[in-house]
Amino acid sequence: MTIIAENPIKAVAAPSQVQQKVIASLQKRHRKERLFRALGLSAVLISLALVAVLFINIFAKGLPAFWQSTITLDIYFDPKIIKVPAKPVQAADESDNDFRQRDLAWQTQLGFINFNRLITDSLQQILPDATKHRRDLGRIVTSGERFALRDMVVADPSIIGQTRTLQLLTDANIDVWLKGNIDRSLPDEQQQLSPKMREWVDKLSADGVIQNRFSLALFMNPDSRSSLASAGLAGAFMGSFYMMLVVILLAVPMGVAAAIYLEEFAPRNRITDLVEVNINNLAAVPSIVFGLLGASVLIGWFNLPMSAPIVGGLVLSLMTLPTVIIATRSTLKAIPPSIRQAALGLGASKMQAIFHHVLPLAVPGILTGAILGVAQALGETAPLLLIGMKSFVASVPASPFDQATALPVQIYLWQGNELRNFFEARTSAAIIVLLLMMLSLNGLAIWLRKKYEKRW
Amino acid sequence: MTNTVPVKISAKDVKVFYGDNQALHGISMDVYQNEVISFIGPSGCGKSTFLRCMNRMNDTIEHCRVTGSITLDGRDIHEPALDVVQLRAQVGMVFQKPNPFPKSIYENIAYGPRLHGLAERKADLDDIVESSLRRAGLWNEVKDRLDQPGTGLSGGQQQRLCIARSIAVSPEVILMDEPCSALDPIATSIIEELIDELKQNFTIVIVTHNMQQAARVSDRTAFFHLGNLIEIGNTNDVFTNPTQKRTEDYITGRYG
Repeated sequence: MTIIAENPIKAVAAPSQVQQKVIASLQKRHRKERLFRALGLSAVLISLALVAVLFINIFAKGLPAFWQSTITLDIYFDPKIIKVPAKPVQAADESDNDFRQRDLAWQTQLGFINFNRLITDSLQQILPDATKHRRDLGRIVTSGERFALRDMVVADPSIIGQTRTLQLLTDANIDVWLKGNIDRSLPDEQQQLSPKMREWVDKLSADGVIQNRFSLALFMNPDSRSSLASAGLAGAFMGSFYMMLVVILLAVPMGVAAAIYLEEFAPRNRITDLVEVNINNLAAVPSIVFGLLGASVLIGWFNLPMSAPIVGGLVLSLMTLPTVIIATRSTLKAIPPSIRQAALGLGASKMQAIFHHVLPLAVPGILTGAILGVAQALGETAPLLLIGMKSFVASVPASPFDQATALPVQIYLWQGNELRNFFEARTSAAIIVLLLMMLSLNGLAIWLRKKYEKRW
Repeated sequence: MTNTVPVKISAKDVKVFYGDNQALHGISMDVYQNEVISFIGPSGCGKSTFLRCMNRMNDTIEHCRVTGSITLDGRDIHEPALDVVQLRAQVGMVFQKPNPFPKSIYENIAYGPRLHGLAERKADLDDIVESSLRRAGLWNEVKDRLDQPGTGLSGGQQQRLCIARSIAVSPEVILMDEPCSALDPIATSIIEELIDELKQNFTIVIVTHNMQQAARVSDRTAFFHLGNLIEIGNTNDVFTNPTQKRTEDYITGRYG
């Protein structure tokens, strides 16, 4: 027997009262869900857009700083100017110390020589009208380059009497002028360059003698105030590097060890609760407070050197410690207890169970936490200001005990430099370097995580 | 059971406290050499807790306190001179959920022997790995992929791997805490056959929720309820002719 619906519309049963209520509420629920999704999506898009604006802005400003106005000159190492005896050679019966003294005396003699004369003489060859403007002539090449010439002589004295074609950085103001970072219509008294210099520079630029070339000065030189065009990041970079070394050597092993002890061995009682609360508190302490601590305790009591990466590293270690501990503990917590039980059930001691089975599984999480902590320390500025690392340091530190500054502090210092239209680009370039270091650290964290997770 | 069968483990008035909570109210029983004894009872009755007393796994739980005495071959397992590591080498354990190490099959088995220095040469270790896997009935399934992760095996295979892992340190007693509760019926029956073979060489204590399983594999059965040992006897007697009302109610499915 078949049943045929008389009216197909009637065959569909009218929704019951309960269902009607459900249907009525459905619309509201869907609307809420759509709204929530739209909010979430727009939050993501807005943050992405802001990050993009930030990056584009910094790169647009900073990238030109990697290319600097460079003048190509034929430098004649004139023996009439470089009047020094032959470079000392160590005699067979001479002690190392005696020789070093003799060599240093020779270098001091070299230091008295006006190497800038070599540059101005060379410039005079291509600028015939320069005799009347010798002062301006001496300001075309940035003052730091004379030391490059001296170093060439120190390295190879046989260069005296020869001519070399060299590429030298021009003065920072010339770089600004040629890059169009200053309004050319400003009256003479507001211009940094004299009218004569502006005329020369435009001519040399048109002739191709002055060109915009990629310069390693930004990477190879320490900061400089006498020769702004050759101010570089090398000092700050090494300062940051030494601090990271201290942080990695101190905060990471200490943090991991503390976390293992607290998570696996420590009894749960009031004291460990107190320790745990205080570790979490430590993570929330403003970083500048750590700077005060470093200044008063490390420098004040322990008499560690001011402005030294060792102090900065110790302060940043303190700051990173809670991050490492918290990350490691949460990683250890996430390792299933069944693994510990399996090892203990076989007769492994507690330490064997942890070191043979738990830690290897926790490595990716621990590494990620540690690297993110280190990256955070790398970008930290405030505590460093308080321990003297914002002072102007014109040399590259040779050890963590030498005076140094750090990348974020260098950014802060350059940001405040009075030659704005030159240092604005350099500040952004320093930010690019710092960002790239951060990104590579984060990339390393991701890579390590993937590498160790892949094993099983 | 006659008196000629030696007692392997003897418990006297064992009480367990979790903080202020008493989980076991004075359990006394003997476990005989080379028997399979099963513990049954409703959830939370203390059977797993008692099992874990036998290799002192309760030590790893904080605020857990055990009183009374448990002897293994006449020696108190709580005596200070006895190292818990040695005890656990003698009394192995298989857990409810298969928990192979996230290492290769070979490494899973070799870990225990290596830990206790049971093999001097690589060849000895290879022998232990092979014989353990053979006795756990897993050798033919894994012999070509010993270097692959133990976690890649099926659930039943993983559990047999865990059994092989505990066999590898040559224990005298194997404690099994609901070893089949996470397995399908086929894997379960394979493990049950395995238990039957293993009792030639080992004393086996098994906790189970599955009464048919207790009936199938064990020589004796102990029924626990609310932290008390209600009844213990030959499996046949307990299931067909229980002396206690509560045992009968549980077995016939009136609660549990």
